[in-house]
Amino acid sequence: MDEALRKRLIEAVARTVIANAEELTQLDRQIGDGDHGLNMKRGFEAVLETIEATAAKPLPDAVKAVGTTLVMKIGGASGPLYGTLFLALGKALPETPSVSILAEAFAAAVEAVKARGKSQEGQKTMLDVLVPVAAMLRASSGDGEDLIARIRATALESAEATRPMRAIRGRASFLGERSIGHVDPGARSSALMIAAVCDAVGG
Amino acid sequence: MAQEQRQPPSANVGIVIVSHSRKVAEGAADMVRQMVGDAVPLDFTGGNADGGLGTDVAAILAAIDRAWSPAGVAILVDLGGAETNSEMAIEMLAEDRRGRVVVCNAPIVEGAVIAATEASGGSPLDVVKRTAEELSPQ
Repeated sequence: MDEALRKRLIEAVARTVIANAEELTQLDRQIGDGDHGLNMKRGFEAVLETIEATAAKPLPDAVKAVGTTLVMKIGGASGPLYGTLFLALGKALPETPSVSILAEAFAAAVEAVKARGKSQEGQKTMLDVLVPVAAMLRASSGDGEDLIARIRATALESAEATRPMRAIRGRASFLGERSIGHVDPGARSSALMIAAVCDAVGG
Repeated sequence: MAQEQRQPPSANVGIVIVSHSRKVAEGAADMVRQMVGDAVPLDFTGGNADGGLGTDVAAILAAIDRAWSPAGVAILVDLGGAETNSEMAIEMLAEDRRGRVVVCNAPIVEGAVIAATEASGGSPLDVVKRTAEELSPQ
């Protein structure tokens, strides 16, 4: 993977998060503390500030550098959670991954997020997007050109599917039944980031 | 209490208070100080890097450093992000310190006061943590 592609991917994710910060904040205002969009925006603005140096690094180091920035800058609970996702992903990725290696690395990163958040799928969190995407990536290793389009669709649909769920983890869990009927902000931000990656690699 | 019998502050477990709010963290630290004086190393942090409500890994790392004791440090937290960010900070510590810092699953104010009181008697880290956690509803 060359430097131009690394830069394009990081930029796509960062710009998408920043462009949708207001929507994420609105979602978080309904079932959380209303800071998700702002926190994510602060984190990814910091990522953009150092994008040249980051993109110049080999893929594993570039991904880890993004993770470290997110940990240090986001501030909310999403900082360590997204930071862990990127740090674990960078740790598991080689410089030029095949689809099957990427699938294994992504699955390992999702496991690390589960451990960090002491959470599982079905609890109305970002994992409700990450887990199905990891599963699809693993199942489809190497098959077909529509993989990118299917991952994109799965991510966005899985975020929407958190709407009827009741939150078990995170701030929204304080609301109990009242968390039902709202899309989880972390699931939505995960879906937006995955969709941005899919678009940037030409889905 | 005979002053000369008291252990030097650095021999006791340190306490770090991590809240989303700087005012909450500072207020809890004031209450701890009133209970235990300077018998335990104590520090606090609250708020995100922009000064708003939230928690900040870098600030937590700095607070652990200021409250450092060879006996270890017990961290008291409020809501979810404070816990997750504290755990992240612990993992980022130098290897020789990492195993000597714990997050207590306890109410932040009561937990900090109880933990510090236990620590002021010279109890080891696991006892300090357990005493604070006895406050938690099961």
